[in-house]
Order: sequence, then C-alpha cells, then structure tokens
Amino acid sequence: MTWGQFLLVAVLALPASGAVAAALVPGDRAGRLVGTAAAGLTLLATLPLVGGDHGWFGYGPRPAVQPWHRLDLPWVPGLDLRFHLGVDGISWPLVVLTALLTVLCCGYSLWRVPAGGSGRALVALLLVVEVGILGTFLALDLVLFFLFFEVVLLPMYAVIAGWGGPDRRRAARKFALYTLFGSVLLLVGVYVVVAAAGTADLMVLTGGAGLSRGTQLAAFTLLALAFAVKSPLWPLHSWLPDAHTQAPTVGSVILAGVLLKMGTYGLIRVAVGVAPEGARWAAPVLGTLAVAAILVGALVCLAQDELKRLIAYSSVGHMGFVLLGVATLTATGVQAALIGNIAHGVLTGLLFFLAGAIKDRAGTGSLAELSGLRESAPRLAGLLGFAAIGSLGLPGLAGFWGEAFAVVAAVQRGGGLWITLAVLAALGGALTAAYVLRLLRRVTHGRPSPAVGRLSPGLAGAELTAWTPLVLLALAVGLVPALVLSYAAGPVAALLGVVTR
Amino acid sequence: MTGLLAVTLPGVPLLVGLLGLLLPPSPAGAATGADRARRAAITLGVAGAAVALVVAVLLMLRVDGPVEGSTTWVDLGGLPVTLGYRLDGAALLVAVAVSAVALAVQVYSIGYLRRGPHDDVDVDHRYPPYAAQISLFTAAMLTVVVSGDLILLLVGWEVMGICSYLLIAHDRRLPEAPAAAMKAFLVTRVGDVGFLLGIALLGVGAGSFRIADVLAHDYPAGTLTVACLLLLAGVAGKSAQFPLHTWLPDAMAGPTPISALIHAATMVAAGVYAVARLYPLFAQAPAALAVLGVLATVTLLLGAFAATAQDDIKRVLAWSTVSQIGYMTGALAVGAPAAALFHLLTHAAFKALLFLAAGAVIHAVGTTLMSRMGGLRPAMPVTFWCMVVGLGALAGVPPLAGFWSKDGVLAAAEAAALDGTGPAPAWVGWLVWLGGLLGVAVTAWYATRLLLRTFLGTARMPLARPHDPPAVLRWPVLLLAVPAALLGLAAFAPWFADRLRVPADDSGPAVELVHLAPNLLLPFLLLLAGAGVAWAGWRRDPAADPARFLGPLRPVFARAFRLDDVQHALVVRPTTGLARAVRAGDELGVDGLVEGSGRAATALGAGLAGLHRAALPRAAAAVLAGALLIGVAVALIGVAA
Repeated sequence: MTWGQFLLVAVLALPASGAVAAALVPGDRAGRLVGTAAAGLTLLATLPLVGGDHGWFGYGPRPAVQPWHRLDLPWVPGLDLRFHLGVDGISWPLVVLTALLTVLCCGYSLWRVPAGGSGRALVALLLVVEVGILGTFLALDLVLFFLFFEVVLLPMYAVIAGWGGPDRRRAARKFALYTLFGSVLLLVGVYVVVAAAGTADLMVLTGGAGLSRGTQLAAFTLLALAFAVKSPLWPLHSWLPDAHTQAPTVGSVILAGVLLKMGTYGLIRVAVGVAPEGARWAAPVLGTLAVAAILVGALVCLAQDELKRLIAYSSVGHMGFVLLGVATLTATGVQAALIGNIAHGVLTGLLFFLAGAIKDRAGTGSLAELSGLRESAPRLAGLLGFAAIGSLGLPGLAGFWGEAFAVVAAVQRGGGLWITLAVLAALGGALTAAYVLRLLRRVTHGRPSPAVGRLSPGLAGAELTAWTPLVLLALAVGLVPALVLSYAAGPVAALLGVVTR
Repeated sequence: MTGLLAVTLPGVPLLVGLLGLLLPPSPAGAATGADRARRAAITLGVAGAAVALVVAVLLMLRVDGPVEGSTTWVDLGGLPVTLGYRLDGAALLVAVAVSAVALAVQVYSIGYLRRGPHDDVDVDHRYPPYAAQISLFTAAMLTVVVSGDLILLLVGWEVMGICSYLLIAHDRRLPEAPAAAMKAFLVTRVGDVGFLLGIALLGVGAGSFRIADVLAHDYPAGTLTVACLLLLAGVAGKSAQFPLHTWLPDAMAGPTPISALIHAATMVAAGVYAVARLYPLFAQAPAALAVLGVLATVTLLLGAFAATAQDDIKRVLAWSTVSQIGYMTGALAVGAPAAALFHLLTHAAFKALLFLAAGAVIHAVGTTLMSRMGGLRPAMPVTFWCMVVGLGALAGVPPLAGFWSKDGVLAAAEAAALDGTGPAPAWVGWLVWLGGLLGVAVTAWYATRLLLRTFLGTARMPLARPHDPPAVLRWPVLLLAVPAALLGLAAFAPWFADRLRVPADDSGPAVELVHLAPNLLLPFLLLLAGAGVAWAGWRRDPAADPARFLGPLRPVFARAFRLDDVQHALVVRPTTGLARAVRAGDELGVDGLVEGSGRAATALGAGLAGLHRAALPRAAAAVLAGALLIGVAVALIGVAA
C-alpha cells in the first residue's frame, strides 16, 4: 500500500472511527473533544493528498480521469462491486473544504451545543456526514458513489430533527423525503448505466464508454434530475429553505457549505462524464433552468424577511451560477463552476455562522426586528458586511471568479440563447447586490432595535477561531484563485476532451 | 525597478487599508486606547497615501513611453487572466492626481472627523475603519489606473464601488446615509452589468483580457460597437452620466472629505479614464461615440441646470461634477481623449479644493444650507479666497486651470462640428459644442450664486461664530488652490501635453491642448454674461436667492427634472413588486406543489386505510368478492389458454 492509498483510507477511516469514539467515550465534553480531534486529523490527512503524480504528460490517448492516488479493491466480488477511491484536481479542493468545515463545526460545538440533544451525539453525526460527503467526492465506482451519497441523508436528517429550530421535524421530514426522491432517480440512473455498460468503474465509463445515444439521454436525465435536487436547481429547490432555516448553525453550515456540492460535483463527474451526449443534448435546458434559479433566487431574497431563510435562498442563486458554468460545457465554465463551488462553501458557511450568532444573541431572525447592529456590535456587523459583500461577488473576494466567469463562459459559448443567458445571469448579479445591500441596510444600519440594542459587542474566542479561517480563505481564494484552479486545469481539459469529442 | 514601483503604487495603500481594518473599529470606553487606535489609523492612512504619491511622482519622472509587465494570475480554461501593469504618461498623471487628492483627504479628515465642541457627547467617529476604507478606495482607483488587464481593472472598479458604499454610509447620525449608500452602489452596479458583459465580449474575442492584446485585436465592427456600448453602461454608472447619474447628488450624505475623494480623483474619474484607456477601440465604433456624445450633452446641461436651484452647498457642487464630467465625456465623444484627461486633471484639483473649502464652511457654520449662510467673507478670508479660486476655475475664468481645459474641450468639439475631424459624425460635434457653450454660461451663473450666497451679503445666522479652519484643514485647502489656479498653464509645456496623448505611441500628431485663437472669446463672453446676470440679480436684493428668477422652473431644477421619481417608478417599484410576486409564486406555486403532493399522498393513504377499517360484515363481503373476482379471472384465463 502506497502512502497515497494510505491517505485515502485514512481520510475515510479517521472520521468514521472518530464518530464511533465520540459516541462511546464517557462524558459529553470528552466525546466532543475526541470528535473534534478526529476531524482535525482528517483535515491534516486531506492536505498531503495533493502531493501525488500529477502527470499530464506521456504519449497516446489519455484517460479522461487520471487520479493522483488510487485505491482499487474488490469489495463484493459476487456483484462485481469494487471499493475504488481516487482523488484528482476536481475533487481535491472539495475534499479539503469538507474537512475544513467539519473541523470548524466540531470546534464550534465544543463551545456551544444547540438545544435539543447531547453535544457528542451531534459531533458524531457530523462526522458520519463527513464520511459520506468525502466518500462521495473520492469514489471512482458508480455504485460506491451512490452508497456514499446515501450515507449522508439520515445523519443529516437527525441533525435537523434533533437540534433544529421550532419547526424542525417538518423541515427534516421534507428534506429527507425530497432528497430520497432524488436518490431513487440516482439509483435508477446508476443501474441504467451499469447495466448498459457492464461496469461501474468511473474511469472506464467517463466519456460515454460506448453507451448508445438513447441510453445516454435516459441516463443523463435521471442523473441530472437526482443531482438537481441536491444542488438544488430551480424548481427542485424547495426543500432547501426549510431545511436551512430550521437546522442548527453547524447543520446549516455543512448543508450549504458542502452538502450541496455533492450535487454539482456529481453533475460534473458522473452525469456529464458518463453521458456526454446526454449532457450536450440537455445543456440548453440546464442553462435556462440555472439562469431561472439565479433570477428567482435573487428576487425571492429581495422580498424575504427572515435572515436565515434569505441566506438559504441566496444559495439557490449562487448554485445557479455554478450550474450555468457546468451547462456551458466549456473549460472556462466548468472551472468557474469549480471555484464557484468552493467560494460558495466558504462564504455561505461564514454567513450561516454569522446569522446563527446574530439569531442566538438577538433571539430573532426577523429582519423587521433587527437593525443597527453596527451600533451595538461593530465587529460582528463588520464580519457580516464582509461575508455579505463577498457573497455579492465583489472582485477580490472568492465569489467573483465563479460568477463572472460563468457569464464569460456563456458569452464564449456564443449564439442567441447563451448570450441571452449571459445577459440575464449578469442582471442576476445586480439583483444579488440589491438583496445583499438590503440585508445589510436592515440589519447593520439605522438605530438599534430593542432586540439588537442589548447585544454585547464582544465575540467569543471560539467564534473567532471558527470564522477566521473562512474569512482568510475568502480573501485568499479571491486574490489567488490559482489555489483552487491550478490543479483543476488538466482534469477539466481531459474531461471536456472526451465530452466534446 | 519600474515594475516594483508599479506594484507598490496600489499595493501600499491596499496593505495599509487591510491593516487598518484590523484595528478596533470602536474602541469603547478607555480614552487612551481609543486615542491609540485613532493615532495608528491616522499614521497608516497618511503614510499609505504619501507613499503612493511619492511612488507616482517617481514613476512619472522615470517612465516616458508605455511600459508593460504582467504575470499570469489564473488561467480559466484557456482564457488567461493576467496580473499586470501598463504605464504611460496619462496613467501616471492621473495616478499623481489620485494620490495627491487622497493624501489631502486623509490629512483633512484628521481635523474634520474629530469630536467638536458642538458634538453630542457620544459621537464616535469610528475613525480606524474610515481611514482604512479611504486607503482601500485609493488602492482600488490606482489599480484601475495602472492595470494592464481588463479583469484586474474590473477588480479595482468594483472595489471602488464598495468603498464608496461604505464611506457614504459612514456618518451614523444621518438617517438618509444608508439609503444613499445603497443607491450609489446599486445604480453603479446596474451599469456594471454592461461593463462585465463588455469585458467578456472583448476578452472572449481576443482570447485574452490583457489590454494590449485587446487593443491589438481586430474585432468585427458589430461586436466592437456592442462591446463599446456595453462598456459605456458601466462608464455611465461610475462617472454619473445620464441616465445613471442619480446616485451622485444623494452621495452627499457621506462626510465632506469623502465627497471630495469621490468627485475629484476616484470613482467619477474612473469612467472617463477607462474610455480614454480603451480609446483605440472606441475610435473604431462611431455609433458608440455618438451615443456617448448625446449622453454627455444631456448630462452636461442636466447637471448645470440642476445646480442652479439647489440650496445645499454640497449639492450644488455635486451637480457641478455631473456637469463637468459631461464635458469630459463630450471631449471623448468628439475624439479628443487628451482634452478629456486634461479636464479630468484640472477638475480633480479644483473640485477637491471646492469640496474641502465647502467642508471648512460647513465645519464653521454647522449647516450645509446656503439659505442659512451669507456674509462669511470677513470671518473666513482664507476659505473665501480659496473658494474664489475654485469657483473661478470651475466656471472657467482665465487664467485659472478650468479655463484652459474647458477651452480645450470646446475647441475639439468645434473642430469636430465645423471640420468633421472627430471619429463620430459631425452632428455629435455640434451637439457637444453648443451644449458646452450653453453650459459655460449656466456654470458661471451658479458658481457666482454660490459665492454670493455663501460669503457676501449679510449673515443669515447671526448666532454662529464662523472662523477659518484649523491648520490641519487649512493646509490641504491652500495647497490644492495652487494646481487649481495654475495647472492649466502646464498645457503650454510640451512635456505635459505629450504625456496626455492617447494612445501613447509614437504615431499621430502632437497633441494641442490649448488654442490661443479668437474663438477663445466666445466662451469668455458667455462666462461674463452668466456671472453678470447672477450678480445683477443678487444686487437687486442681496438677501434673496438669485434662483427666484428661475420662476416655475425652480422646483423642476431643484429636483433635477424629477428623474429620481422616474427611476423609482420605472425600475425600483416594478422590481420590488416582481420580487414579491416571485416570492409568493415560489412559496405557493413551486413549494405548494411539493407540499400538496405530500399532503395528497398522506390523504390517499388515509383514505385507503379508512377503506380497510371496515366492520366485519362488509369486510367479509369484500374478501368473498375478492375471492370471486380472482376465481373468475383464473377461470377466464384458463379458458383462454
């Protein structure tokens, strides 16, 4: 077993064993500490994954997926299932982001456990969710991918239903049922592909693997619908506002930060990769829906009056930009989607942390009852301003690259439809600015409302520890986008090489 | 060395600004701690601007022709984005102006944002974030000025927008400030939709976002015209051109030094500069230039007329900026980017001077309304004479700076009109020329009115004890008076004129910025007429406002032709209405379908469950009926088989 294979196993085994340990260790605080330590070790294990064989040279036809590290073991030989993991430039940034956000959420839980259950159970569930998400990003076997995809569902349900807001049960049920509906489609899609191709190996399948046009169209439709529910793509998004609003702070951060990315990652790696002909066929529809999501998300935010619900809907708009990038099927667009994914995870994660902090302190999330935050808590208001400005896509911060270059990619694609989509998406960017500034004006400016006036100006050390990495990352990705994209150029070019062939 | 300096130019203010944001924003309680944070903020802010000024001057002395340098920032699928600079004479002159005004503003703010004797006890100016945001603002503008890549230019462009937003909303005692800040950002952002799309078109067409590559690329005429028009949308937003000018007068809610910064050197100058930077593209798109010419003329007259009826001294100056930027874009439209940049530079000097002097007046009398000023001259002689220089330059009194630069614009427009020398059709020249001449008279009128209403006549607020400002406010004003008076003469130096040439290459004729010709007399006569009418009106009754002669037009001018209401009715209200409708549709329609299908499934289940909960006789009958049905089916299938 090589060092890289060891790391791949460690990345999954550490959080899994951490979850078990957190649940078994006597004492609530000890459990949370153990869980946080496991999450920290996982983050440390994900970082050296980058140091593999990036070899984009050599002769002959290149494989469409060329992982830096690979682990391929037989798992259920009778069913021809393989435990096949790998990491490359498309998945690695997402893997690191997942590990980072989990550490931050576990660390935050050391300081504050939302009402509803024991802290160590929450940490254990977060770690199980992490296993599922990391597995999804690492899987190179379609069936394995599906399994990890499903692992996430129930623990997330439990997090929302156990530690959430007043209407948590209904929101959790809606989340679970809605995404299960997507999973059913994913299962059918996976088996359509596996049955037709006779293999579940993504490295073989990527590029179409000789699937007939009809199979590809059917497979893409099923897979894309499944991922559209997860991403979410308008009009399959309505589970998201409820789930985000009711989930506890850490749950919202994981949901928005990385769980949604499983949808967009699946779309790029599985749906587009396995059924490229289907992708080409469906691209205009996908692009149109993505732009509809941008506009609808922004307009709903403009009329929204609850803090967390507003941020939740803003995710619909931001993921619309990501999906628009994917839909263009250009290298620029897919790279914009990748960096948009990361930026959204960082900035919306930060926004949910801040919204949770404001809601916890003021006791309300209603925009009508919040105002004048900069009078009573200038630092909190400053951080909210930073995250909000980042989220409106200000150049120099992380959000800019994904949104601006989704538009550029649509222009690059050319033709009446795509130019129209580019114009509408750019207008959506202006609407995004409108609702973000409306949010800031309501919450931070003006005279302090009674709910805000009694806030203490200070921030807890745990809060600063959890937020600082996200603030720095938002700035770093904005100033040095190559942090995310330099590794992705090769894999994206290879993927699109087979897709547009 | 040049490369290092070029990076330092925006880099130092950026670094200083980011550091300043880390200082405690509102040091509560402990007076010593507060003082330390404030002192640190002052040091950082002033040092950042001073370093930028020194570097800009050094670069101007070193750099002659265009110098470029770049490194790849990120490669997005074959579209490289570079991190590069592109220096030429015009860029460095503008950079010097930007950093000089920024330095003046940083110094002036020390005195202006200090707890005064009249202030409430709990006034907290939040100086550290304020100074840091000015530094970021300066860095962003300098980025726009030296950037060699369109995406990098866009970065500076938008960061400038957000800094203006933050600074306009800075004064927490003004209830209108947050709305004004939001309006400033949103209106410019709407323009930036076009700017982004224009950049995308140009970059995709050339396969690179480097300005050098974009300028060298041969675009199809249609693409070029569309791209230039899209860029103009962004320019109209930033440079407050009709119809996206509405944010600028409201932005007066910001502290006065910020108004000086926005109006003189940053923000509104950026649009004009961007067009001048990309002028070779615009020169090939006469349709875009014609549109620009129309917008420029409308803006020029709109701003001048709106300025005639304002009572707020800062709003008069704000509308005068709108009008003066109209002259610059007019010069661009008639094919004279050098004249536009020259006017940009002189305008930076005299408008910064005017705002800072107006700030001194506001500081002294505690109001911005001219109806409550008057008779300030004996008490504030320094401010008065500085204001005279500034207003004279604004109106174009020879030999002050504005006279020469405005004359350059008018001469270029005249040549375009009479000889058809511009890249745009001759009628654009006529439009800009005649509009510009009318603007000269109106400008003279409102400048005279401002001076008379503020400094002459009798004091209308006898209780106030006005005085010239303290040294930290006085020196920036005095120093700015020098270029406001003399910068126009620089046009006679070939060294200066050559640097303003755009595109800065060896081809093309030497730029003539000043025209000593008999037709200089025409604007001069119009100036005398405008000023004379205002003076005559004031003489008749020094206590009354000369604006009363506007008659029924006065309220129309005062509200700037009610374009704010038009914007509200055509854009703001439909958007909010649409937002409410979409929200309702999303919650009731899309989510209603989801919830409905859930409820329907539950109801169906409950119904089926209800059917199964039958009493024994009916259940027995149902079982027997089922058995019978199955039997019949089996029998039928058996027969068929």
